[in-house]
Amino acid sequence: MTTEVGSASEVKKESDQLGADGTKEKPKEVAENQQNQSSDLEEEKDSQSSPSAKSQSSPRRQKRQKDPSESRGISRFIPPWLKKQKSYNLVAIKDGGDKKEPTPAVVEEQVLDKEESLPEEERQATGDAEEAAPRKQQVMNIDIEEEKPSVSSPEIQPAEEVRKEREEEKVKEIQEDKSEETAKRETKEVQTNELNVEKAVQKATKKTKSVECKVTLLDGTEYTCDLEKRAKGQVLFDKVCEHLNLLEKDYFGLSFQESPEQKNWLDPAKQIKRQLRNLPWLFTFNVKFYPPDPSQLTEDITRYFLCLQLRQDIASGRLPCSFVTHALLGSYTLQAELGDYDPEEHASHDLSDFQFAPSQTKELEEKVVELHKTHRGLSPAQADSQFLENAKRLSMYGVDLHHAKDSEGVDIKLGVCANGLLIYKDRLRINRFAWPKILKISYKRSNFYIKVRPAEQEQFESTIGFKLPNHRAAKRLWKVCVEHHTFYRLVSPEQPPKAKFLTLGSKFRYSGRTQAQTRQASTLIDRPAPHFERTSSKRASRILDGALVAVVDQSLMKDSSGPGELLAYGRGVVSTAIVQDGDGRRDIRSPTKAPHVHLIEGKRKGDHLFKDILSMTEKYQMASTRTVEEKKAQAADKKHAPESEGPCTGASDAVKSSHETLNVVEEKKQAEVGKDERVITEEMNGKELSPGSGPGDIRKVEPLTQKDSASLSSESSSSSESEEEEMGLYRPRNLLPEEEEEEEEEEVEEEPSQASQVVEREAAVPEASPGRHAGASVSAVETVTQEHVVAPKIPTEKSVHEGAFKQDVSEDTEDEQHKVNGEVSHVDIDVLPQIICCSEPPVVKTEMVTISDASQRTEISTKEVPIVQTETKTITYESPQIDGGAAGDSGTLLTAQTITSDSVSTTTTTHITKTIKGGISETRIEKRIVITGDTDIDHDQALAQAIREAREQHPDMSVTRVVVHKETELDEGEE
Amino acid sequence: MGTPGEGLGRCSHALIRGVPESLASGEGAGAGLPALDLAKAQREHGVLGGKLRQRLGLQLLELPPEESLPLGPLLGDTAVIQGDTALIARPWSPARRPEVDGVRQALQDLGLRIVEMGDENATLDGTDVLFTGREFFVGLSKWTNHRGAEIVADTFRDFAVSTVPVSGPCHLRSLCGMGGPRTVVAGSSDAAQKAVRAMAALTDHPYASLTLPDDAAADCLFLRPGLPGAPPFLLHRGGGDLPNSQEALQKLSDVTLVPVSCSELEKAGAGLSSLCLVLSTRPHS
Repeated sequence: MTTEVGSASEVKKESDQLGADGTKEKPKEVAENQQNQSSDLEEEKDSQSSPSAKSQSSPRRQKRQKDPSESRGISRFIPPWLKKQKSYNLVAIKDGGDKKEPTPAVVEEQVLDKEESLPEEERQATGDAEEAAPRKQQVMNIDIEEEKPSVSSPEIQPAEEVRKEREEEKVKEIQEDKSEETAKRETKEVQTNELNVEKAVQKATKKTKSVECKVTLLDGTEYTCDLEKRAKGQVLFDKVCEHLNLLEKDYFGLSFQESPEQKNWLDPAKQIKRQLRNLPWLFTFNVKFYPPDPSQLTEDITRYFLCLQLRQDIASGRLPCSFVTHALLGSYTLQAELGDYDPEEHASHDLSDFQFAPSQTKELEEKVVELHKTHRGLSPAQADSQFLENAKRLSMYGVDLHHAKDSEGVDIKLGVCANGLLIYKDRLRINRFAWPKILKISYKRSNFYIKVRPAEQEQFESTIGFKLPNHRAAKRLWKVCVEHHTFYRLVSPEQPPKAKFLTLGSKFRYSGRTQAQTRQASTLIDRPAPHFERTSSKRASRILDGALVAVVDQSLMKDSSGPGELLAYGRGVVSTAIVQDGDGRRDIRSPTKAPHVHLIEGKRKGDHLFKDILSMTEKYQMASTRTVEEKKAQAADKKHAPESEGPCTGASDAVKSSHETLNVVEEKKQAEVGKDERVITEEMNGKELSPGSGPGDIRKVEPLTQKDSASLSSESSSSSESEEEEMGLYRPRNLLPEEEEEEEEEEVEEEPSQASQVVEREAAVPEASPGRHAGASVSAVETVTQEHVVAPKIPTEKSVHEGAFKQDVSEDTEDEQHKVNGEVSHVDIDVLPQIICCSEPPVVKTEMVTISDASQRTEISTKEVPIVQTETKTITYESPQIDGGAAGDSGTLLTAQTITSDSVSTTTTTHITKTIKGGISETRIEKRIVITGDTDIDHDQALAQAIREAREQHPDMSVTRVVVHKETELDEGEE
Repeated sequence: MGTPGEGLGRCSHALIRGVPESLASGEGAGAGLPALDLAKAQREHGVLGGKLRQRLGLQLLELPPEESLPLGPLLGDTAVIQGDTALIARPWSPARRPEVDGVRQALQDLGLRIVEMGDENATLDGTDVLFTGREFFVGLSKWTNHRGAEIVADTFRDFAVSTVPVSGPCHLRSLCGMGGPRTVVAGSSDAAQKAVRAMAALTDHPYASLTLPDDAAADCLFLRPGLPGAPPFLLHRGGGDLPNSQEALQKLSDVTLVPVSCSELEKAGAGLSSLCLVLSTRPHS
């Protein structure tokens, strides 16, 4: 992985050059890519194994473990315990919905006595299919506890159970320090699988490096913990919240300092290591989303932390206040920390130890004291509330400022807040764009753009650009906007699925709960107010002591947080579970309900979208939504269920075997797959997806495998709009009630695809294909592609295409097609000049999405070719009719015509084929559009455009299949 | 800080400045002001003072007129007051800058925190500032520049301070005002409507807006003298001045309308917002 960075940067350079010099560079890049690949070989293996571990039962795993190479990989990526965990998870899944209930109890016990708790867990586990010896179970549990961090780190866990357990475990963790040695010891005790386990453990010990993290808390104290090196941000964040005894944690986040001026939020869904790059593992715990109305927070402890944050903000000048307000807020601080004014006692306090303002004067201190006297009788919690009531009205409350320049080069600041985007010049607000007014947010290089809804008297949308200091700053701003919009404006996290599905490109989404959700979740908090000590702002020291409350609180915490978590972060996991076991979903308490609701929503939306042909996005959505629904309705479970389960697993397996891709990526994909198949509601998707980022987006994706792949995949974009080039797009949707649906926006964050990716993909594909095929077979994907849009940014060559096309046509077999297609595509890629510049992160994500348009049962398959550092996503949507035809048809290729037009970044290739099947001649037009972006591409737009054009050009024909193949750079490395 | 919007109009004192004879001649103002009937202007001014004192129950402080300061009665241009803080303006017209001295002293004596502009490049006329109770809008007009607005923002840090381009020879306050804590009243001229639209785009808070036929009618004062909870008043231009706007003003139901006339003073560019400064000496009570 270390090579990633290097290669990425190289790629970037190349890409830049490419702009000027097109294809020549290609060979070079390819070589590099290959290098990359090889270097990542190990990892690939890991990834391969990991998926299997997840989806499969323990026996299988054991086998895998035995396999040296695999085990190696596993040890690297997934420690032994992980495997165990999986088995455990499986059990849990089988248990089904009831599982949750026991959990809390267990937790409590654990808290009290670890030893006892273990048995409890065993019980649960044992009830299930897998017969695990008690001992074994124990070991497993222990392992889990220890490795939790790692668990999450490798990837998003497919099973929700894991999450839950993790939570539980966390509780334990705090209290107990588990050393790896302990784990080993216990492992030895295990009778079954002893050897394997031991081996694994040892390896884990060897290879799993833990890193010490230091987190500066809001009270100034430092929290230290060890994390598995590959742990994701969420793991650390959860640990910290656990330590703080904080339940309403969605308002908070961890940040790290990239430079003195630049603070980045740690993305919970991504590996910490990748975000930090080479920075030290130092974090600060901060409020990320300032609640507009703190009185709506459920717990005093949450308000307390918010107060601490605000005191920092005030002292640092980030939150400007007038003199009077400084004094007033300071007086509440004193009341909260010192209690009622007491002349004697106060004499002993040196107020200069407190910082009430950036520059504190004696006058201010006197005023503070004067006001403090008037607060007599206020409890600390009341004083905090008063503090917040006043602080929240400050105009800069919750405004995240970013330096920028306007189009004329004037220094301005962009403030992201709950309501939208504020533009400041100096301290003056000179413009404001409320979220409802913003149609799209994007960035390209160091430019940040917002597309604004036309004003009343205007007809056209306008795009406003701002120049940020650098690319990373632009991206950071974009991310913050996406997050804020999602958090404050949406009911549920952006459907990354949608977005991704549509856009194919975006990687980043807000993965947490929205404010609406967190409020909802907060209502479930039912614990006695946790005891915590307010520390004087001046003397940081002992603050929270969770120990006292530990038992009750934790259990409660679990209780409340459990569901929340599931909702928020666990979706991906859930989906996986679903895939594996039909009933998996039930595990989640509320989830069950949720899905239905979601479905309904989806439907509605879908219809809506349907009507709106013009907007690409909508169309996409429509298609996807519809598909799912229809599937459900028509196929009911017969086909679907099988498909989903079988295929998914198959797919995942394939992935494993074939990929060397990052585990993270794969997992995400899996999650998606699961979702898609299940027709999980948007919300769910959103949640799931969001964390994952890229992969999650695809909502209804079947394992790629089947059809899709095939081929031809991708499509995307039209060059028409400037948006294409945008690196990151974000179109909000899923708005809170007030909003209009029109606003749908999607976020597309595309990272430039790289030729190298393509190459990698090729390599990977072959391997993967077998597995996939198997999986794929289940689903019927036989559709002929009428429209073929190739998203890949790389220009396609005719010959290649034709070849591909022929194959496609001639071979309708899904599996084969897939292979063929996949290969073809690869070929194409290879051939293609690499025009793509990557200015972004080192990891390449490739997504293939095939969408077939038909109304009937659609199958969307997602195929992810796992190559290290490469993510491939394919979504295929096909119309049934075609399927039928395709299946039986080994059409004859009468003519093939290719028209290629090159725009700056777009290549369109059209193949017209006449096939005679069953005496009926069928004309198929395959259109492949390759968009190469050195930066961002608006896939939605492109896809919409392409479909629209196709329809317009051939009104008498129908679009039967749309395959979108997207290759992107993975974002992981960045932030 | 109180409840948002609740701070609007809280006042215990009003400050006015007598009308000098020089106002009638237009000397000193130099801006080619039309000749006006001094006696009538002084009468109007006297009535205004009387209403502030008797009708609204405010403590009235009247600064003596100074012949060297013909526009001295328009002291609304000389300071921006919110809460316990008074920002002493730096009027665009150099000739008017001496006007601030007397006002500064009076405000200081009333116990307000005095903030000076302290920037040679900044110009600010107080009547280009609209305080809504929740935030400030500063009109970037012929008289007020960006730097001046910036200093407003710097002075009143608790509040958002947004800039509003003002077209034409008007101050922001001569185009719009507050009819209530959540109600912006504005004239119907293009300039006024444009300003209102700009404000609507810039604010985080929802305001109702009431459009009046006359721009000048929008220059009204929402005042809440006395104890908290006391009924608010709206000091506005009466039917004698602006008959067309009276009906629309009746729509402001939650306030007691107090009409006054200043048609003669208006010839010198005066409006209600410029003829008096209101403040509370106990802004946080």
